[in-house]
Amino acid sequence: MSAPAPATDALSRLQIARDSQGAIRVRLSGRWTLADGLPSTDSVARELESAPAGTRLVFEAAGLETWDSALVSFLFSAAGLAAARGSAVDTSALPEGARRLLDLSLAVPARVMPQTPKDDALTARVGEVALRAWRTAGDALDFLGETVVALGAFLRGRARFRRVDLMHALESAGVGALGIVALINLLIGAVLAFVGAVQLQQFGASIYVANLVAIGITRELGALMTGIVMAGRTGASFAAVLGTMTVNEEVDALRTMGLKPVEFLVLPRVLATSLMLPALVAYADVLGVLGGTFVGVALLDLGAVEYLRATQSSLELRHVVIGLVKSVAFGVVVALTGCYYGVRCGRSAAAVGEATTRAVVMGIVLVVVVDAVFTVLLHLLHL
Amino acid sequence: MAFGSRIVQRDIRFQIRRGEIFVIMGDSGCGKSTLMRHMIGLNRPAKGEVLYDGEPLWEADEDTRERFMDRLGVLYQGAALWSSMTLEENVSLPLAERKRLGPGEARDVARLKLALVGLAGFEGHYPAEISGGMRKRAGLARAMALDPEILYFDEPSAGLDPLSSRRLDDLILELRESSGTTIVLVTHELPSIFELGDNAVFLDAERRTMIAQGRPEQLKHSEEPKVRAFLERGRL
Repeated sequence: MSAPAPATDALSRLQIARDSQGAIRVRLSGRWTLADGLPSTDSVARELESAPAGTRLVFEAAGLETWDSALVSFLFSAAGLAAARGSAVDTSALPEGARRLLDLSLAVPARVMPQTPKDDALTARVGEVALRAWRTAGDALDFLGETVVALGAFLRGRARFRRVDLMHALESAGVGALGIVALINLLIGAVLAFVGAVQLQQFGASIYVANLVAIGITRELGALMTGIVMAGRTGASFAAVLGTMTVNEEVDALRTMGLKPVEFLVLPRVLATSLMLPALVAYADVLGVLGGTFVGVALLDLGAVEYLRATQSSLELRHVVIGLVKSVAFGVVVALTGCYYGVRCGRSAAAVGEATTRAVVMGIVLVVVVDAVFTVLLHLLHL
Repeated sequence: MAFGSRIVQRDIRFQIRRGEIFVIMGDSGCGKSTLMRHMIGLNRPAKGEVLYDGEPLWEADEDTRERFMDRLGVLYQGAALWSSMTLEENVSLPLAERKRLGPGEARDVARLKLALVGLAGFEGHYPAEISGGMRKRAGLARAMALDPEILYFDEPSAGLDPLSSRRLDDLILELRESSGTTIVLVTHELPSIFELGDNAVFLDAERRTMIAQGRPEQLKHSEEPKVRAFLERGRL
């Protein structure tokens, strides 16, 4: 051996030198375990690059103490570098176990997957997003169309689904949501009264807090907050249940039995949610006004009778009806979004999580968008 | 067969005779289950057609295809029982919906089908309450509910111990013998292939096409080294 070109790593477990025939000799010594960390193959790569192509790579292991996958992993990477430079690798001096594991890892050549070159230009990325959005919109429209057809079949008494599923959905989207809807709307009514009171007290008009809460809750916030709560609760539940059914091939099983998943799974859920939402919103309205009453009586020194009388005089039927009509639309939107993402779920556990998240996010966004559309339309209609 | 621009398998052409047990085999990821999904009306072929008695499956309108589904039964890899229903409800649902049987009649037939697969007494159990092998048998009872002419099995032995697997194989043979049902089996289990298969095709993942067709015993002597190695559980 002559003309050594020493290159050692920090732990001095690796020494690289050239022998008289020009071969690169890699001497491994000390402990090569995962607990001691994995030495880099940079020094081997540098040496291979500086040597003529086809230079032999020889491993020596005279000073090697203990080893595990750290050594085999290093050898595997080094063998890959050598193969790229057309260099033969001599592993005869390595421990037999390490040599056999290395042979095993190299036995099947890595599969080269054909890759389409990715265009990273801004225009390409915008185009990709736009195309995906277009496809999703088309698909969602298909789904909506299927649901409308199923609804038509239901109205003609020809829809096929289990009544017990409708009952379950009614319970889940109705009674099951009473607690959370009560809590949220009670607090919203109280907060609205409190914020209003701070401003109205300055003008000596505290009693108008009752008007603010009554109209704000029944016309707007009762329905909106209930819609948002239901998107997070029932929409997520629909997406998770239907997503899991998709992953478990239960939806495929329905199809091969000649049963339409939209009729069988989506229709009862849409019907239940759109039927239950108005009932929940009526309940939410009462609790919202109750929350406002509590603040009015406890903090603003208004009499309970006085407050409720002011509420009654300010409350017109149209405000309540508008809130209830909106709630039907919110129910349809929440159920459709949850079911859409559930039925179109991928085929893995992660896909169910993704479907649920998307259902909640899109459900909330659509509830707010629908609310905005209603507000503009009602303004135009002077209602 | 393709997913978007990615071709899974191409140039597939074979015939299944009435009453035979036909095996679709190949290495993992070659598209066996995907081929089955094309044959049972779940995935539309990118090109080509699936013919039953010379009638096209995919050219037909949706209602015809739906009626056609009554002639097929499918046992999915994970059984795919409807988890919110009891075993009896799982089997009686297709009877009530497709054959328009009353609740009592559908229940009686469902009980018979469950008894045929050795699950008498488990009618009120939910899928989560029984073992994997029992779920497979319950899935088979549901697949048989409508007395299908063709039964498809997707990896019937997957996840089963040797005894349960053997029991299911015996059941498949018994079904064919007793009712003459045509059976299509997607599997890579060698004992099932040799014991049950009358005919078979071999799909290759690398070449993305079918590379052999014939009786499993004959295919042991195929010109294709990969098919020989597969069937002999040997090295290439």
